[in-house]
Parts: sequence; C-alpha cells; structure tokens
Amino acid sequence: MTYEDVLKEISQTSDKLIVMTAENRAAIRNLPPHLGKRFIDVGICEQTMIGMAAGLALRGRFPITHALATFLVFRAYEFIRDDIALPNLPVKMVGGVPGFLSDANGPTHQAIEDVALMRTLPNVMVFCPSDAEELAQGIKVLAEYPAPCYIRHNPHPASVAHTPFEIGKAEVLSDGNDVAILVYGFLLREAVKAKDILEAKGKSVRLVNIRMPKPIDERVILNAVKDCRLVVTLEDHFLTGGLYSIVAELLLKHRSVGNVLPIALEHKWFKPALLDRVLGIRRLYRETTCGKNFNTTITNIRALLKQTLVYDNNAVSTIKRIFGHPC
Amino acid sequence: MTDHKERELKQLALRVREHIIRLATDGGCFIGASLSCADLIVYLYKEVLGLTPDTLHDETRNYLLLSKGHDVPALYGTLAELGFIERERLKNHLHTNDSIYWHPNRAIPGIEFHSGSLGHLLSVSMGIAYDIKLRGGKNKVYVILGDGELNEGSMWEGFLVAKALKLDNLIAIVDRNEFQANLRTEELIPIEPLEPKFEAFGWNVKRVNGHDFHALESAFQWVPKNESPSIIIADTVRGKGLPSIERRADRWFVNFKPEEIEQLLKELHGEAQAELTSETLMVR
Repeated sequence: MTYEDVLKEISQTSDKLIVMTAENRAAIRNLPPHLGKRFIDVGICEQTMIGMAAGLALRGRFPITHALATFLVFRAYEFIRDDIALPNLPVKMVGGVPGFLSDANGPTHQAIEDVALMRTLPNVMVFCPSDAEELAQGIKVLAEYPAPCYIRHNPHPASVAHTPFEIGKAEVLSDGNDVAILVYGFLLREAVKAKDILEAKGKSVRLVNIRMPKPIDERVILNAVKDCRLVVTLEDHFLTGGLYSIVAELLLKHRSVGNVLPIALEHKWFKPALLDRVLGIRRLYRETTCGKNFNTTITNIRALLKQTLVYDNNAVSTIKRIFGHPC
Repeated sequence: MTDHKERELKQLALRVREHIIRLATDGGCFIGASLSCADLIVYLYKEVLGLTPDTLHDETRNYLLLSKGHDVPALYGTLAELGFIERERLKNHLHTNDSIYWHPNRAIPGIEFHSGSLGHLLSVSMGIAYDIKLRGGKNKVYVILGDGELNEGSMWEGFLVAKALKLDNLIAIVDRNEFQANLRTEELIPIEPLEPKFEAFGWNVKRVNGHDFHALESAFQWVPKNESPSIIIADTVRGKGLPSIERRADRWFVNFKPEEIEQLLKELHGEAQAELTSETLMVR
C-alpha cells in the first residue's frame, strides 16, 4: 500500500481527513479526484496553508499539509510554532525531498536543519521514515492521531522488511555488540550496506532504524551505548540538533558516556548533484571490493557521505583506541 | 437602527472604554489600538455575532478573531460587560494567576484563537471558513485586521487565496486607525488607496466610519453573497474617546500612573481633560 493509498483509504471511512498542499503535488498527485473539496491546493503560500490547517483543525479536521521540506519548515516556521505547536493542533506537516533527497536542487532546497527545528517545538512529533513502505505504515497511524507531527517524506523503495510501526518506538534490525549504527530516513539503506561490510569483516553490528527522532526511543539508544563498543549516528542533517545531539542529550540526562561517532553535515551545505553522486556510491562500492581490513570499512562509512560530511576527529582517535586500527 | 438601540450601544462602548482605560496601568496595555476598535467589537458582539456564553462552542456559531491581537483589551471589556467573563477577573490583568495579558489566548471564554504575531489570523479564519462551507453551514467568520498589519506579506497571500477558494462567508474588517506602532502608516509604508487594492484582489469592499453605529450597521448588512470574501475598511481614530491621547504616535502602548487613570476616566465622560506626565508614556 502506498502513502496515497493509505490517505485514500482513510478518507473513505473518515470525513475528517483534509489533504493540503502549497502547490507541491509529487506525493499526492492521484488524490484530488478521490478527495474533492477535501483536497486544498493554496498555491505557493506555505504560511497560508499552515494557518488554514490550524483553522480546519479547530473545526475538528485532521489536515495533512504538503510542501518541499525547506519551504514548509523554514518559510512557515513561525506559523507552525504559533498556530500548530502552541495550540497542539493535530496537523501533519509532510516535507518533500528532505536532506540528501533534494539531490541537485542546491542549498535553498536542502532541509538539513529540519529535524532540529521541528523537534524543539513543544507538542510536535518528528517521523523520518526510511522508505515508502514505512512512510505508508506510519501515516496510517499518524494521520488522525491527535497531535502535530512533522514527517520527512520518502518515496524510496524499502531495503529491509519492517516490523509494525509504533509511535515513539525505534526498530532494531540486527543485534550486535561491536558497532551500533543509529540512523533515520533513507540513509538506512546505506547503513545496511555498511552493516554488511562490517559483518563480512567479522564485526557484529546492531542496526537501529530510529524512525521517530521525537518522541525518541530512549531505551534502544541507551542499550546500544551500553552494549556496543562504538555507536555511529548517521544522518543527512547538520550535526547540531539532529540525532547526534539527541544521543548527546540522552547520555547527559542519564549520566552515561559512550563512544559515539557522528556522521553528519557540520556547518556546511552539501554539494548538489544527483543523489547517487551525492552519496559517492561508486567510490563506496570500489572500496568495498578492494577492502582488506576493518580500517577500510570505517573508511567506507565515512565514504558514505564523502567529502560533504565532516567527521569528528576525537571520534577518529576513539576508533583507533578501541579497534587498534588507524583511520 | 432605533435611537434607543444606538444609545444602548454607545453606553456599552463607553463601559468597554472604561475597562480599557483601567487596564492601562500597573503594566499598561496597547490603549490606542484598543480604543480605536472598541465600537467595532461592541457592534459585532451586540448586533452581528449572536454569541452568548452558552453558544460559545456551538458548531453553528459565528466566529470573531482578532488578528491584530494587541487590541484585546477592547474584547476583554466587551466580554466582561456581556457576561462571558466576570468583571472582577479583569483585575487579574498581567498577573500569573490568570491568562489576561497583552495578547489574546484561548483560556479566556470568547477568544477563539491566540494572536500577537501579526499576519496570522487571516489564514486561520480562512481554514475555519473553509470548513464551514464544506459542511454547508451558514455561519460566518469575522476577522479584525490592523492597518499596520497590512505590511505583512502573509496578509496578501491570504487575500489572494481566500478569493481563489471563494470564501464568501469570510468578512475581514480593517481597523483603519491610521497608525502603526511608531508612525502614521502613510509616513512609513503607505497603504492607501486601500479600496482599489482589495477590489483588485477580487474582494467585496466597503469603507465606513468605524465609530458610527449606523454606518457599521449598513456595512454588516451589505455583505454580499457572491462567491467572494468581503472586507470592511472601518475608518477609526487611534485613542478614540480620550482627546489627550487621540492620534498621538507616542500613545500606542501606555502605562499610566493610577491617578492618571482617574483623570482619563473623567476625560472619557467629557468632564475634564487629563493632564498627563510624560514619564508614563512608555512606547514599547
């Protein structure tokens, strides 16, 4: 079942669902004939869309709003803050082409601070599905859930078989004690590749699909830190305010420490290109085939995000200390 | 409108202005913009909205939203006079034991939605109006906009979209008191001529004296049903009712001394002009 199928199905049994867009129909192209006047396209007016969604929610509707993630979150941020978060209205905000999915659009379209901005708002949940299947599962639960939620839209096919979606629950895809990879969004598929590489080198890997940066599944993260020698956070997001920050906040809150290696964008936008090129996929594969030791696999995790991602030097020393390999 | 009705409205507006003046001390309030729209809010509550404390949550009620939220003292006064909240409760203004502060919020019965940041409630009103139409309801949504608020880009987005969505159950009212925070609108960002602007956006437009109940009556009776939203430009005077502060740029937000409140109340009743000392004239 696709995202659109789920919305169509809900709209057939409930008259409360309203689908809105600020003239971005990529995710909902087939819905207008099914929804009639419950489909509202306000044109390129993100602020008006969010304000209207608040008004509709005050009247008992469950609006699901759509726009590119950058315009939805950044252009309309104060409307989201004042009119959705503050009154805790059940509006869903679905951001298109978030993170690396903006591929060649350039920095204006790179939503790589969206998780930070949305999770800081009281009442607002954040859902970053790893693929289209998880998106569909999630929207089924969230569409008429009585709280606001920001959703990173993701149309990519699944690379793993998912367990059922539950609000606030991460998905542990494999168990292991050497390396834990914590990831959200479409980068899960890259994390699966990294896991395979590590496992081929005899390392056990705990792969965690975070799913919802908020509410965060504290137990899964704390267990990963407790059980694994190295925890990698992987995200197409600025280092500040995303998953790495979430883990850091959690560890401090629970007076815990861990070896955490963040892979994220640090204070710069990424080089725009087609997605595969952004990810440096070809280089990754070459290094995989030629890789001889664990050192190479760590390089591969780094290569995932190529020169666009910055990597904490302290973490590099930590890896050296733990695994005895130079990085 | 009968003379009796007009007298009744004027008396109510006078009592509302007394409340506004009393709120302008011990922390103060946005007195100028509250006095300018007091007649408008009184007229809406008494003659247009049909709201009572018992119908506040009816799906079929008419809505009133304050987009320029700093005029909320006029609404507090009206709600207190019409029994939506206890008059005594206004003494809690700016205290932590209640939610009566400088901008509107939903903890006060009769306040549909919070505001404070300008440029928000036109679109929120549009969402309410859209839902009402979707359900085939006959109720209307009234939203009061500030003239300075028309600087905000989101307002003009809203004017475009409301017309596109044919929201003819939406009635915006501009409290045209000619001032924004620090200056006359025409000195800073001129907005006139207003009628052709709104007409060009496809709205029904009417301009009236916002302190004349007969004019307000004709304006609200005029609202056409023609698939277009309507806007009433209500020409008003900032600080209306208090000659010592009317049309004064530095009387936007004022925190008066308690003894000046007594003078202002006398001035309101035409007894004597208040003598104000400048230290109290705090412009936020």
